[in-house]
Amino acid sequence: MGILERLNGGRWGVHPHDDHKRPAADTPLRVMPLPAKLCVPLLQHVGAPAKPVVAVGDSVLRGQLIAAAQGAVSAPVHAPSSGVVTAIGPVTAPHPSGLPFDAITITLDGEDRALEAAGVDDPLALEPAEVTRRIADAGIVGLGGATFPSAPKAQLGRKLEVQTLVINGGECEPYLSSDDSVMRHRADDVIDGVRILMHAVGARTALVGIEDNKPEAIAAMREAARAFAAIRICPVPARYPMGSDRQLVEVLTGKQVPAGARTASIGVLVNNVSTCAAIHRALRHGEALYRRIVTVNGGAVAAPGNVLAPVGVLVEDLLAFVGLKEAPARLVMGGPMMGLALPHAQVPTVKACGGVLALTAAEIARPAPSACIRCGSCVKACPMGLQPLEIAARVRAGDYDGAASLQLDDCLACGCCAYVCPSNLPLVQSFQHAKGTLWARAQQKKRNALTRELADARRERLERDARERAEAAAKRKAARAAQQASAAAPGGQEMPS
Amino acid sequence: MNMLASSALPSVAASPHAGQLGSVSHVMLKVMLALAPATACGFWYFGWPAFNLWLVTVLAALAGEALCLRLMAKPVVPTLLDGSALLTGWLLAVSLPPWAPWWLGVIGGLFATVIGKQVFGGIGCNLFNPAMVARVALLVSFPVVMTGWVAPIGLTGAQAPGWLESLQLTFGGSVPDAYTSASLLGQAKTELSRGVSLLQTFANGLPVSWSGMRPGSLGETAVLLIAAGGIAMMLMGLITWHIPVSMLLAIAIPAAIGHAVNPARYLDAGAHVLSGGAMLGAFFIATDYVTSPSSRGGQLVFGAGCGLLTWVIRTYGGYPEGVAFAVLLMNALTPVIDRAIKPRVYGRNWRGQPIAPRKEN
Repeated sequence: MGILERLNGGRWGVHPHDDHKRPAADTPLRVMPLPAKLCVPLLQHVGAPAKPVVAVGDSVLRGQLIAAAQGAVSAPVHAPSSGVVTAIGPVTAPHPSGLPFDAITITLDGEDRALEAAGVDDPLALEPAEVTRRIADAGIVGLGGATFPSAPKAQLGRKLEVQTLVINGGECEPYLSSDDSVMRHRADDVIDGVRILMHAVGARTALVGIEDNKPEAIAAMREAARAFAAIRICPVPARYPMGSDRQLVEVLTGKQVPAGARTASIGVLVNNVSTCAAIHRALRHGEALYRRIVTVNGGAVAAPGNVLAPVGVLVEDLLAFVGLKEAPARLVMGGPMMGLALPHAQVPTVKACGGVLALTAAEIARPAPSACIRCGSCVKACPMGLQPLEIAARVRAGDYDGAASLQLDDCLACGCCAYVCPSNLPLVQSFQHAKGTLWARAQQKKRNALTRELADARRERLERDARERAEAAAKRKAARAAQQASAAAPGGQEMPS
Repeated sequence: MNMLASSALPSVAASPHAGQLGSVSHVMLKVMLALAPATACGFWYFGWPAFNLWLVTVLAALAGEALCLRLMAKPVVPTLLDGSALLTGWLLAVSLPPWAPWWLGVIGGLFATVIGKQVFGGIGCNLFNPAMVARVALLVSFPVVMTGWVAPIGLTGAQAPGWLESLQLTFGGSVPDAYTSASLLGQAKTELSRGVSLLQTFANGLPVSWSGMRPGSLGETAVLLIAAGGIAMMLMGLITWHIPVSMLLAIAIPAAIGHAVNPARYLDAGAHVLSGGAMLGAFFIATDYVTSPSSRGGQLVFGAGCGLLTWVIRTYGGYPEGVAFAVLLMNALTPVIDRAIKPRVYGRNWRGQPIAPRKEN
């Protein structure tokens, strides 16, 4: 940061002085030996959970479909190794709540027998729709953390005639280096995946944004992209949250994404480098997404580094593989800025899990919160241009609508504000709480409106029924009267009342 | 795997799981470091009585804070250690006449933390700058003592009072006439009110001083050291240029215009910026976090308001100096400024509506 920029209060984001990425990022990639069992979750993506297509007792092979996509936005799930399905049901989800979600438990036989897979020699000769279908069949979702299924995303890009792909190699979270590892060791796969994705979307250019704290990855990717003029490798400053799609798009294209809209609305589609590598494997080798590189890091880990691990491996097994040198004070899935604290270690990983951290008490120690001194550090740090201190003051006062009027909805929960706060206020927590409350209120409002609608409809129906009955009765009465009148008429006699 | 016994893990923890490990006391300590050179220079120029006054004022501010915390059954020592009461007392002390008697510092220090800060709810809750609240209260209550300036005769000079003598000056009686002197702003106001033009009053040149060798408040005269401290705070990332620069410009520009139009009536920009508490106010008083706006745009408006009001009060008001009043008036406007001027949110226009998608390929 230059002096002038410093006098001006710096730009958005934070510069973690020690990003803890090394030495883990520099250690050779290790392949995790197969554990005794895997719990493969059915919901590892945005959208509807996959539907099991195997039953307890079935034998499965590596790469075999075990749960099929349901609906337009969904993704199938494949067996990461061979074995027998021993349970289909709830396991603890990787979420601080410790709530369960459904998973298929496979007891592995250790033989790792694979389903015969067939790739295509030239994916670029396929129809774009066929490429998208294969991406969908491989169960590929956004591996940067957003977990949006990649096939519908590509379809959306094609429909909106997106011309620019932004490939996210930012990996701005401290401690994590799984994308770095993919770029260093599989740069050709990534670039091939980018070309396949460009073909599927119909994009003309691809901008690969890589933070400048990863010189090895930048060099490897430049080498791999040398032959392709349409793919540009763009080093970007290492500044968290550079890997957030909105921030990366602005830095690379100079354009901001309108609030509440997707990047596709400005003609840009963002995909992670690991996603591109998975697309390459799916198209060229017919390999579904059932394993990935996971960074296992943190002060409590004996041998931190990047591990190629099957999806659905329990955190417990992963940590046993790398070893622990002390009891962790906190387990986190994801990075330290936005990752989720795990309730315990019997939790499976998911496709988008780029890192598992075992942090020591010293690493997570924060002084007790004190009063806000309105120093404005959070305002300077917020990558969205929000005023966290003002929002927090309203949340504290229970004024959730006031918080919403300060665009709380635009908050990324990136944690920059809480990271820099000298008073150590739990700002993100308070914003998440307010968002939850506002969401619950909106749901209640919807429910109330629906209830009112139903009640009104019922009253109307009852009224209509009553009216119709009365009308029918009147008609019957009139008919009867007319009949009687016509019966009585010839005699001209008075009816006895 | 007994290392992973779930009982060792907290049940719920929110992200982020990392932090800068800063604290309020770190912030206050850095501000005090930035303020220390100018204060030390004040001691050097005005001698032992200035140090005595600084000490009693700071102690009184701490005592006021401790008393309130005690009465409210809040933790006393941890709160005192955040350094904010010490800084408040310090800022008040450097804005007082250097040879003021002990009771002025005591009343001011207590007023600053008790009425200026704790009554509003303590740190972070006060609407007005506590040091300036106390300074203005003292000024309207004890106008004579608060404008009793002395010439900078030094800490060790021949005329300078020794340490024992200084105790007598601070805790004993009044300042001997031999030491008293007038400030530039005070002289200008007095002479103008008698109908004497500025050209006549300052026929021998304006008594402005870059070195700070001039009569004035304890820590406001060493303008270069104050500016250096301010720039140090900017480099440490504590403050930005917005408030100091806009405030100084808003004093200097109207002053320059007025002086160009009628030099007999209006002091020039240099005299305004180098006199009184303009520098101290711009770098250390108006930049108080709690009582200034949080957005950069708001800070520009706030600083400009402080500067303009200072010039207006000095030029047309009843008091020769206006920094404290100007800052307090703008403090009152801070919530309004914060409401009106917000940073532009990403993907939205200044009115908060989503921007139109701009597609260009």
